[in-house]
Amino acid sequence: MNFGELWRAFAQNKGAVVGLFFMTIVGLLAIFAPWVAPHSPIEQYRSNFLQAPVWSDGGSWQFLLGTDELGRDLLSRLIHGARLSLLVGLVSVVLALIPGVTLGLTSAFADKWVDALIMRAMDIMMALPSLLLAVAIMAILGPGLLNAMIAISLVSLPAYVRLVRASAMAELQRDYVTAARLSGARTLRLMFVTVLPNCTAPLIVHATMSFSAAILEIAALGFLGLGVQPPLPEWGTMLASARDYIESAWWVVTLPGLTILLSVLAINLVGDGLRDALDPKLKSAS
Amino acid sequence: MLSYILRRLLVLIPTILGVTLLTFSLIRLIPGDPVEVMVGERTLNPELHAAALKRLGLDQPLYVQYGRYLGQLLKGDLGVSLKSQASVWSEFKALFPATLELAALALMIALLLGMVAGVMAAVKRGTWLDHTVMTAALTGYSMPIFWWGLVLILIFSVGLGWTPVSGRIDLLYDVPPQTGFMLWDAWLAQRADPELNSGAVWDAARHLILPSIVLGTIPLAVIARMTRSSMLEVLREDYVRTARAKGLSPARVIFVHTLRNALIPVLTVVGLQVGTLMGGAVLTETIFSWPGIGKWLIDAIGRRDYPVVQNGILLVATLVILTNFVVDILYGVANPRIRVQ
Repeated sequence: MNFGELWRAFAQNKGAVVGLFFMTIVGLLAIFAPWVAPHSPIEQYRSNFLQAPVWSDGGSWQFLLGTDELGRDLLSRLIHGARLSLLVGLVSVVLALIPGVTLGLTSAFADKWVDALIMRAMDIMMALPSLLLAVAIMAILGPGLLNAMIAISLVSLPAYVRLVRASAMAELQRDYVTAARLSGARTLRLMFVTVLPNCTAPLIVHATMSFSAAILEIAALGFLGLGVQPPLPEWGTMLASARDYIESAWWVVTLPGLTILLSVLAINLVGDGLRDALDPKLKSAS
Repeated sequence: MLSYILRRLLVLIPTILGVTLLTFSLIRLIPGDPVEVMVGERTLNPELHAAALKRLGLDQPLYVQYGRYLGQLLKGDLGVSLKSQASVWSEFKALFPATLELAALALMIALLLGMVAGVMAAVKRGTWLDHTVMTAALTGYSMPIFWWGLVLILIFSVGLGWTPVSGRIDLLYDVPPQTGFMLWDAWLAQRADPELNSGAVWDAARHLILPSIVLGTIPLAVIARMTRSSMLEVLREDYVRTARAKGLSPARVIFVHTLRNALIPVLTVVGLQVGTLMGGAVLTETIFSWPGIGKWLIDAIGRRDYPVVQNGILLVATLVILTNFVVDILYGVANPRIRVQ
């Protein structure tokens, strides 16, 4: 399937196109945050504590989405927060993808007992609710951005391993693998050159979904006070400090959460679209 | 069937052992002095420090320590909370009904609404109803539930004043804990003292409703999506066409011939949601100050009460493993083909 075909199949799903469009904008805002954001995300305007957004009473054009409890511009914090969330999502997908693919392929190719060992280890990790496991890992590593990325990628590892193993096992039955083996390809070549490219479709879909899950998880950790630490403008951390003002300033609570929801929703829409485009079999089922 | 159950049980043992290994390592990976981590005492004098080291067995090699840990677990000794000095098990036992009550109601909401929505979307495939249900489901699936809770509080508690902001029951009522389930306890208390406790059950229900909606949101979305796709698959089967061709009423075809078969994959998803519920409980209980297991664990992490963290996590994991085991068995009952694999 070339790129043009893929795009045509993807574009049939309107929701997916909208999601992609939204995420492109968020991505661009994140990349160009210092130039796009009207204010610094950490500068405190002492005379403008909890100022309402421009369209409601007491709002001004200086702070489009209002200010938070320390007088910081909410819009600028949200734009800079996009950097953190997308970074965490990207890094934790890569950090889970690489060992996930390696372990999954090993599990599919290696002896039965190696397979059993890897899969039991993954079962154990899956027995713990993912947020709880992430929280436990954060309890060991201590709060912070890097640690949160490690925790989130560890939590999402088992799903990658299982997915790669299952797709690789299905491919192993095919004739082209036997042909490659008979023509003398070594195991490593079989694993990464022959089989892996044929497992990419479900892998891409899963990576997209775990990207959005990572954004939700970093926000949840931030909300629990275990993730990115203030004054860094992470969306979940922003919500945690906004909780106390729920009765007086609805915008500090509503807007960061809405940003999280829309971003996660957009990525999930893209994921649904990719699944439909890459895997027509799954489409007929859903 | 019996051999199927036994086989599943055999897989259970290494998994639970693995979790004990995980929780055992957990507490040893925490940076800092192990005595400080385990006892919570700082700057002990060297003599007391050495005594504590010996008493806790931390001077032994790791495999001996792990053996000891397993031995204690087998005897039902889950350690003592550093804060309250109460045993971890007794704290868990006291708080668990609160989480169970919340999770059970959340799951009930999710199952009921999710299945109805999924069936409707599948039957009306391609219509505006289908699109609305699926958009709502994807939104629910993408929901940061800690924010969702705050929004509901903002609307229903702060704005409309319909529901309380936190806790399980108003302090006005005198409800002694008997079963640990607040609805039940409130009913008992109301019956024992109708005058003082009039309206206690209603008050407990009002406290319960928002947290269970919040906790049920993601399972609801997952169940709705799963029911729909499973229904669509079964609707294509020959036996459904046959049932239609026989002239059975559409309702009979949908509820008797299709839904029963479509429910099997939904059942597995429900089993997987138990983990989601326990993870979600951490967030939901934090938002609503709900005194359950999730809040207990987060508070324990916050104050570095590591015995609670260690064995609390072990208990939750065991619970999730056992639930999935039960679901596996039910799956085998519902679908005999699974048993022989």
